[in-house]
Amino acid sequence: MVKINGCQTDYDGKNMTEILGIMGYDPKSVAVELNENILPKTKYSDVVLNDGDIVEIVRFVGGG
Amino acid sequence: MLSRQELYSALEQRHGKEIQRKFAAASVVICGLGGLGSNIALSLARAGVGHIHLIDFDRVDISNLNRQQYFISQIGQYKTDALSETLKKISVCTEITSQCVKLTEDNINILAPYEIICEAFDKAEQKAMLVNAVLENFPDKYLISGNGMAGLYSSNDITTRRLSDKFYICGDGKSDISDGMGLVSARVAVCAAHQANMILRIISGSFDA
Repeated sequence: MVKINGCQTDYDGKNMTEILGIMGYDPKSVAVELNENILPKTKYSDVVLNDGDIVEIVRFVGGG
Repeated sequence: MLSRQELYSALEQRHGKEIQRKFAAASVVICGLGGLGSNIALSLARAGVGHIHLIDFDRVDISNLNRQQYFISQIGQYKTDALSETLKKISVCTEITSQCVKLTEDNINILAPYEIICEAFDKAEQKAMLVNAVLENFPDKYLISGNGMAGLYSSNDITTRRLSDKFYICGDGKSDISDGMGLVSARVAVCAAHQANMILRIISGSFDA
């Protein structure tokens, strides 16, 4: 299981580009932390998630 | 004319010698001088933060006056110039520097000299760009971002979260400028105050959100 924003998911084996697509996030307006470290955007398609990984996806909204 | 020493003594009396020493030694860069950034800058200057660096490329517009800390007389001025002018009227204990530039991944090294980075942009993609670039290039710096403060929703939805060791996000995380009525002075100021308070807490040595 992979924990994403506090919820357990069965996205083990998928990469972040796939997961963002499934969950409906725009890759241009997010920041992703994998196990408390930033996941660089250039690695979204390369890094495959494993059982026990903890992911935090921050979706930015407009306003400031 | 108030001397630096007179104001510093007054700040010491308010905040305590030890805290004021920490505030005076701190340097913060504020990226974006809209409703968030202009309010954050005022709070930090009033607290006597030693060095504030301001970054924005835009000019003061009539549409800013509903929430941003500018005056009618400043319409048309660069925000960096207008806000510097205001901050210097508030504090003689804060060094104010500024750069009128659009911050991108290519010139992100502008942020290198500062220990605390404050993200206060208004467009979602710009926020994401800055946060990603800072976390990738400067993992040892503190980053405080504002995300979600539009509309007239409850103030109590706005929180400060610590996402990782040195990365904090303030806001409700969801109210988007494009969803409805846009940004309103008080709620933007609530989010700005969350960011400013977290920055002052970090400087003082308290790191919990």
